[in-house]
Amino acid sequence: MTFSEKYAAEIEGVLARFPHKKSAVLPLMHLAQHHHGYMSGEAMREVAAILDLDPTHILSLTGFYSLYYEEPVGKYVLEICNDLACALRGADQFVEMACNKLGVEVEETTADGLFTIKTVMCLAACDRAPMLQCNLKFEEHLDEAKFDQLLTRLRAEAAVGPAPTVVEKITAYAKDSKQLAVNSEQ
Amino acid sequence: MAHILLRHRDVENIKKLDVYRDNGGYEGLKKALGMSTAEVTDIVKASGLRGRGGAGFPTGLKWTFIPKGSQEVYVVINSDESEMGTFKDRELLEQNPHQVIEGALIAAYAVGAKRVYNYMRGEFMDAGYAFEEAIQECYAAGLLGENILGSNFSCDMAPYYGAGAYICGEETALLNSLMGELGQPWSKPPFPAVEGLYHKPTVVNNTETLANVPAIITNGADWYKSMGTEKSTGPKIVCLSGHINKPGNYEIIMGMTYRELVYGEQYGGGIPGDKKFKAMLPTGGSGPVVKEDALEAPITYEGLEKYGSTMGSASVVIMDETTDMVWMAMKCVHFFKHESCGKCTPCREGTYWMDQLLHKIYHGQGTEEDLRVLRSVAGQIGGRTLCALGDFAINPVLSTFKHFPEEYEAKVRGNKAVNGVVGSKQSIVNSEQ
Repeated sequence: MTFSEKYAAEIEGVLARFPHKKSAVLPLMHLAQHHHGYMSGEAMREVAAILDLDPTHILSLTGFYSLYYEEPVGKYVLEICNDLACALRGADQFVEMACNKLGVEVEETTADGLFTIKTVMCLAACDRAPMLQCNLKFEEHLDEAKFDQLLTRLRAEAAVGPAPTVVEKITAYAKDSKQLAVNSEQ
Repeated sequence: MAHILLRHRDVENIKKLDVYRDNGGYEGLKKALGMSTAEVTDIVKASGLRGRGGAGFPTGLKWTFIPKGSQEVYVVINSDESEMGTFKDRELLEQNPHQVIEGALIAAYAVGAKRVYNYMRGEFMDAGYAFEEAIQECYAAGLLGENILGSNFSCDMAPYYGAGAYICGEETALLNSLMGELGQPWSKPPFPAVEGLYHKPTVVNNTETLANVPAIITNGADWYKSMGTEKSTGPKIVCLSGHINKPGNYEIIMGMTYRELVYGEQYGGGIPGDKKFKAMLPTGGSGPVVKEDALEAPITYEGLEKYGSTMGSASVVIMDETTDMVWMAMKCVHFFKHESCGKCTPCREGTYWMDQLLHKIYHGQGTEEDLRVLRSVAGQIGGRTLCALGDFAINPVLSTFKHFPEEYEAKVRGNKAVNGVVGSKQSIVNSEQ
């Protein structure tokens, strides 16, 4: 099943929110990335086709916005904030520990395809550093022991199937929220 | 004292509509719908409420800029919260979403908007889920949609998620992003109030700003003005982080001193290990750093003027005596280099070169000449860009030069130029991003 077939209802729900369909491009890119794992050429062409846009526009958006991945990533993307406020509370050392533990450098994916580590700019959780987002879900007040627990939990989750991600939850909502549709008179 | 904004700390589960309503929720909207739109705007103007996103522009005045008789008007909630050290809007969205919705609805009524978008940064999908649930509750209860609370006022609201771009907190960049474009600012005029979303008149207000509005309408402008100072009225959420015993959000009444915020037992509770205070960033990476004397300043829009800085969004980052100020400047500039949208050459190229130079200097490979070039590059960014990002990016550099010149000098002392080669592994890694 293609992306637009599988998510027909979600796509319709997202499109209904805007008087001009170009506005749906970022939400549909989030969904397409969720489906394909990253913004592959196919993902870009699919979104472009739904919105009658040139695929090069999707390519430029992919390059501009940090949350769209231009290369394949692991099943769990661990985005660790090491901005100033978090770094004052040990985030740089935390990144080093996490990389050593998984045997990867920043921006690399583990050989089993499970984890990618990225360092990112401020995630609005400075009071709970060190912290990270795992597939956009906040994991806060971390230390080595809690990081170990997180990895154990994610590995167990991965063994039984794909974990529901935040993107999926949000777009499932779009499907069920037709009342958010643009009023016809506007 | 009971909270006005962070009400979830006093009332359990206030994110649920029935709990919010049992505690006076949507009374402000009800009252507003019984007034003329001009009366509502006048009350907000009289309250002295100013934008809480950092710029401090008077909120009521902003609303009056919408041309009279406009047929299609939009209200956009700015929940792009990306300033380093800021985490207040996220708490409101997650824990007290109805107060934001109510404030946005009052704004929409006042300016004649029939549609509200909440632009949240993409990283807030987790927080945004709570906000979406609140929207759903409102539709089910007749607080969104047609004829709200039985009035003639109809309004829809939808969430929107960005995708990771600090610049989208700038209102024209935000609107471009919401229209499916790159999040780059446009040259003003036109201002959004005249030509904003879909080229229609648009009000863009910060999340925390709108959370102030319901109580202003319910209790009146005089009540609101009785809190704070003449030019900085009402409560403000301060985000406290860095080297501090009790980091977190604190709702204060403006006028309190930074010293009380840092050392007060009910606030920050001092610096861990009883280390000495060294410096403070009062508004994340974007405002100039200040030294200990500034702790006597009141937390107001104007309070830090004589110390050469600003309250901004009140994202206060504390640094103790062990903090290397060149490292601090490097971290901040790296942020701005990453977040520069690339539209204006001075910002795009200048933040890149400042980042390179600071890495070189920090890693002990800089020279006196590099310090001169760093100052020169900073001087050529300031005032030469469309939006404030360029000006923000030079603040950490120029203010550390001003307050801590000896730290730069110590790093370059005795170093000779080696053909300007940027040699460290760290700087090569960063130059590739």
